Amino acid sequence: MNNQANWRCKVLMRFGLAIVIVLALSEAHATSQESWIDEIAPLWKWMPLLLKGFLVDVGISIAAMLIGTAFGAIIGVGQTLFKGIIRIFCLGLTQFFRNAPWLVLLFFCILLIPHQITVFDWVIPFPPWMKGIIGLALPVMGNVSEVVRGGLISIPSAQWEAADALALNKWQTLRIVILPQALKRMLPPWMNVYAVLIMATPLVSIVGVEDSVTVARSVLSAEGNTALLMPVYGLLLILFYAYCAPIARLARFLEVRYAVK
Amino acid sequence: MQSSKRSEDSQATATDRPIVEVQGVEKSFGSNRVLKGVSLTVNKGEAVALIGPSGSGKSTLLRCINGLIKVDKGTVYASGHAVHALVRDSERIALRKDVSMVFQQYNLFPHLTVLQNVMLAPIQVLRQDRAEVEHRAITLLGKVRLQGKESAYPGELSGGQQQRVAIARALAMRPSVMLFDEVTSALDPETVKEVLTTIRELVEEGMTSILVTHEMRFAREVAHHIFFTDRGLIVEHGDPDAFFDDPKDERTREFLGHML
Repeated sequence: MNNQANWRCKVLMRFGLAIVIVLALSEAHATSQESWIDEIAPLWKWMPLLLKGFLVDVGISIAAMLIGTAFGAIIGVGQTLFKGIIRIFCLGLTQFFRNAPWLVLLFFCILLIPHQITVFDWVIPFPPWMKGIIGLALPVMGNVSEVVRGGLISIPSAQWEAADALALNKWQTLRIVILPQALKRMLPPWMNVYAVLIMATPLVSIVGVEDSVTVARSVLSAEGNTALLMPVYGLLLILFYAYCAPIARLARFLEVRYAVK
Repeated sequence: MQSSKRSEDSQATATDRPIVEVQGVEKSFGSNRVLKGVSLTVNKGEAVALIGPSGSGKSTLLRCINGLIKVDKGTVYASGHAVHALVRDSERIALRKDVSMVFQQYNLFPHLTVLQNVMLAPIQVLRQDRAEVEHRAITLLGKVRLQGKESAYPGELSGGQQQRVAIARALAMRPSVMLFDEVTSALDPETVKEVLTTIRELVEEGMTSILVTHEMRFAREVAHHIFFTDRGLIVEHGDPDAFFDDPKDERTREFLGHML
């Protein structure tokens, strides 16, 4: 049942991608008498630049993921294993950043973070890409916090009780008993968060980061040829798909493997 | 380090006092009064069985003795620790070194091997030498007849084998009191016997044990003293023969009538 749904989803995804590529090529073909290969030839020239833009997206997504995961892990533990004010604070942070629109958070970071901070004699610059990383790290933090909470509460409370009876303290229990079991279960949803993040990363082009979408727009205006519109964005789609699909696939594989029995 | 932090009360405990002394213990969960003033004493080297209908507070009482549950009222002394007055983590840990517990669902750590399960607490909590702990762990696993299973994972073992690993794990702390919480209730009838044999041997070696059990015949054979609990109270207690052959209380008679 579930497998069939997965299979259908995969087929649909590939079908959609194929349509996009065909559309892009036919668009290029229709507007000119030349063959489509000649039509998209200028793309080759821009390829290194577009790839570089894509690598900027990858780099920003990885940085945002690392920062978001570090803070998400802390507030995830905070909202699960602590009581009182710490718990409420971490719960509030999680819910706020998990449910806020990513683009709005990005705009807030761009507008609220100054372009540089001066601490005594030190000038710390905040270029747009750094603000972009922070803006994306915030929703990642909220989502990772929920992943951590889910992983921790999936371990039966009897494991805590058994460790307690063996005189392990809270941190030993977490480190030796709970986390090794919970991490396995957190890994697939954590990878899913990353897949969502990489797909949201081109949003940073709106706030002035030189990422793949920004490069694509520059290429298109430099060429001044609307026939290239579909091939250029089609190429970006393929790049993102080629990067995301294996991650999503691995996540699904691990999900099945580490499924709660 | 931790032993020096024992509370003042425990200083008063003399060696001739019972090793476990529960006085007037009350415990409620919300509006549900689970224990309504329970008292019991266990002497060193003695095996005591707690029997009674489900929900009568047996498991709760056991958890009050090693401080997994805090009592509302009354006093609990176990192995020289004032359990009712535990505040600091260090005091709780000092208590658990002396009072070990085995659970109905074994609660082994599934990601660790049998040997790692047994060695975990002595190394992490008691900071004992790894080689020495390993030697002791292997000896204990032999004692519960699980030699050769050291590197197996709990999931690869039968229920009875897992429960014996849990017993070895509890013994690895070298406790002075063992608490058994319905340790055979989750087992197949065939594997019940091997676990009971292990417990019987422990009792014969003089390990102070408190057993919550539904195995009446086993309780009669092994225990030196029987306590019968019903609705949060100890209704009747006595030595096994008197208890089973000539129960005084109406509720005890009714319960035994159902069980036997």
